[in-house]
Amino acid sequence: MATTADTFQAHPGEHHAGEHGADHKPGFFARWFMSTNHKDIGTLYLIFAIFAGIIGGAISGLMRWELAEPGLQILGQVSAYLNGGDMDFDKSLHTWNVLITAHGLIMVFFVVMPATMGGFGNWFVPLMIGAPDMAFPRMNNVAFWLTLAGFISLMTSAFFPGGTGMGAGTGWTVYAPLSTSGSIGPSVDFAIFSLHLAGAASIMSAINFITTIFNMRAPGMTLHKMPLFAWSVLVTAFLLLLALPVLAAAITMLITDRNFGTTFFDARGGGDPVLYQHLFWFFGHPEVYIMIIPGFGMISQIVATFSRKPVFGYLGMAYAMVAIGVVGFIVWAHHMFTVGMDVNTKMYFTAATMVIAVPTGIKIFSWIATMWGGSLEFRSPLVWALGFIFLFTVGGVTGVVLANGGVDDNLHDTYYVVAHFHYVLSLGAVFSLFAGFYYWFPKMSGRMHSELLSHLHFWVFFIGVNVIFFPQHFLGMQGMPRRYPDYTPAFEFWNNVSSVGYVIMAVSMLFFFANMLYAYTAGRKAPANYWGEGATTLEWSLSSPPPYHQFETLPVIEDHHSHHDAIGAPGTATAH
Amino acid sequence: MKFGENARKWLHVLPLVAAALALSAPQAGLAQPAGSAPPPTESSAAAPAADARSVNVEDAAADPAATAQPSATEAAPGAEAGGYTPLGPEWIKGAPEDGGLTFQQQYSEDGEYALWMHDIVLMPIITAVSLLVLALLLWVVVRYNRRANPVPSKTSHNTLIEVIWTAVPVIILVVIAIPSITLLARQYESPPEDALTVKVTGYQWYWGYTYPDNGGFEVISNMLPEEEAEARGEPSHLGADNRMVVPVGETIRVQVTGADVIHAFAVPSLWFKIDAVPGRLNERTMFIKEPGIYYGQCSELCGARHGYMPIAVEAVPRPQFEAWLRSKGGTVAGEEAAAPTAAPLQEPESSVEGAPGAGAAPDDVTEATAPGNEA
Repeated sequence: MATTADTFQAHPGEHHAGEHGADHKPGFFARWFMSTNHKDIGTLYLIFAIFAGIIGGAISGLMRWELAEPGLQILGQVSAYLNGGDMDFDKSLHTWNVLITAHGLIMVFFVVMPATMGGFGNWFVPLMIGAPDMAFPRMNNVAFWLTLAGFISLMTSAFFPGGTGMGAGTGWTVYAPLSTSGSIGPSVDFAIFSLHLAGAASIMSAINFITTIFNMRAPGMTLHKMPLFAWSVLVTAFLLLLALPVLAAAITMLITDRNFGTTFFDARGGGDPVLYQHLFWFFGHPEVYIMIIPGFGMISQIVATFSRKPVFGYLGMAYAMVAIGVVGFIVWAHHMFTVGMDVNTKMYFTAATMVIAVPTGIKIFSWIATMWGGSLEFRSPLVWALGFIFLFTVGGVTGVVLANGGVDDNLHDTYYVVAHFHYVLSLGAVFSLFAGFYYWFPKMSGRMHSELLSHLHFWVFFIGVNVIFFPQHFLGMQGMPRRYPDYTPAFEFWNNVSSVGYVIMAVSMLFFFANMLYAYTAGRKAPANYWGEGATTLEWSLSSPPPYHQFETLPVIEDHHSHHDAIGAPGTATAH
Repeated sequence: MKFGENARKWLHVLPLVAAALALSAPQAGLAQPAGSAPPPTESSAAAPAADARSVNVEDAAADPAATAQPSATEAAPGAEAGGYTPLGPEWIKGAPEDGGLTFQQQYSEDGEYALWMHDIVLMPIITAVSLLVLALLLWVVVRYNRRANPVPSKTSHNTLIEVIWTAVPVIILVVIAIPSITLLARQYESPPEDALTVKVTGYQWYWGYTYPDNGGFEVISNMLPEEEAEARGEPSHLGADNRMVVPVGETIRVQVTGADVIHAFAVPSLWFKIDAVPGRLNERTMFIKEPGIYYGQCSELCGARHGYMPIAVEAVPRPQFEAWLRSKGGTVAGEEAAAPTAAPLQEPESSVEGAPGAGAAPDDVTEATAPGNEA
């Protein structure tokens, strides 16, 4: 089925304008700083996301170190380093708030989103739909560099006053009035500006993906034949397009409240702090689906590949993602259950939030049904996918608990919520990221990584993150609030266990980096399709790595329903 | 510290006096085991951490004599004829447990219902779903791995099972929704009109408890420093100097607002949490079934000392509550107000007839219909 790479090379001998080398690639600076190539831009995003992930993860390491025991241990020194001068109690506490804010903003906007959409989306959506590149290659590049600029703005914010010390200590949610009258100094302005930049970049990427997917599918690839990862990126792009402008409005109003005398969120001027929360969470809830839905798409590809079976219930899977996206826009106030809302509103948001469990359940069962009757090979991407399916379910069910407004009253702003969203993110989205990474790394780099190291990575990471986050359910039920640098001694035991888990998880990341070193030094060359007959999407018909330009002659997708082979179901393609 | 030590020295003498007084008290059934040393109670003299913001909070002039011992029969906590003493640490009921795995024990009707819903409805369902998914995954790994099943099937559709795994979750959600909506309806029941009103104000970084129906005095509540909490036998980070004292067994109207940024007033053992938002007055009902001390912590990020502004609610029987009110200079409803020690709430100038800011009466007010002249 797979064709050789030759057909998809650019016509040899053809002269291209610009600084191209013999293999038609631009020179180093033009290639990496002025790129218009979706694969290179994807690579830039992935390297950036890994780098930001190291910083965001290091911050959480500091946090777990501080929380390992009651009392303040390292916070004073960290704060003295950031603020200069001697250790000071209030400045140390403010530094705690800065750490938790930075951790949240970095992981959401500069790790998960760039990695899933910017990284894997850019790399593989054009390949999967048989397109030579994205619809707007130059805007693609602008989006990457804007994201980097946003990250720099956020890092800058730590070096300016933001209240009781340096840095923005508002939480990633940036609630007013703490973020307006409660944070004097330019730090919060830099943090808000970083969201403007990253948000603009994501909107541009969304426009790019929607246009590409709607207009540049290869002949014969109807939407209902498109791989589920492309579907997931399409749904996510619509969520970004519709939700991010509302965030932009909300944070712009923070800027004007802070600097230009408006009182959108200040009751003394006729405004309302709760307005900010509505605007933020109208973005914020779709945001969490933005973070997970591309992960759903990757898991679908991986489960199908290693079961050697097409995904069960393709249409159900595609439209479940659409349903999650649509319903995700009408449930936002479950993040605000304790703000003082009236009973009917609370009942509505309880009911609507619970509805999302249905399409999500359909996906979980469909992945299991895909493997049912399949022929499973436990390569590391599948192992990560299996971990995802179980752990995302655990995170999802605690979400059902929280969806009940009356029950949420005792869990809101406690560690139960922290446990819930880390299960669906660190044990959901991150598992899907590692699954996708090990699935596609040889395709992107041309080198095979070590299966042994990736399995070791999985098992130690799995143990580590479960030890970190499962006990946090107990802490939350016992009443430990979030965003606290210190706690009453009754919370010590589980906090200590949780911090031990962090060390285990950190050790596992050594296997990851060792694997990268191994791949780039000793890894053998990767063939076009190194996973076998289960890998049926178009990227497996290209060399590893693919040529700089591919599909300059568009592949034609045939309908294989009449054939006997197992591969010709919707969502796969054979190119001629 | 030093001060508490001194006070406790004197307290050793006093249980004999206390026993004598208690035996002569009119309240029946206050069996106080005579001769046993009372547990250390907080000193009732000057507030420990003198804080410029602590207005009106000189602690009870009440006798240090009466210290309550929880006994098998209904002991009135802090009982002493006409006096009030803060409850001692043996009355702590709403606090986290070391290594705890579940919610704190609940002391309100709605809290018990919510706990039931979580433990009996939600937990079994979510445990079953998680174990089901785990079992299916393990089965698939064992039964359909490459060696056990070298030839994959081609099945990619089965309408029946797709209907089942859509409909069954819907049914499960309906089963969850019924008690869920019921819980919400119960939580939103209005208090009776004559319920006590307590207005809670969140400040950076302490709480203020105002009693508008009882004279409008405000009690300022700060976290006890660690050594002081230890000295009083209260958990660190949870003990507060002046607790929110309320009557036990009565529905209380709690109104919450914020003074500067958003805070949140929470008491886990009463299943109670409501945000304190500046410019907004949120109202909820609180009901505490048993006398005791119930702790909570601020639950909305509010700046540097977000983790250092705990909540301590103290529920005592009505007589003791009224004694506490009087000790704060407040008034009890229906009583003749004594000479108010707290400043009256400021009336707007325009409400006083003839005041310079009052403005002219409207033209159509005739002699006959002027206020006070109606027949």
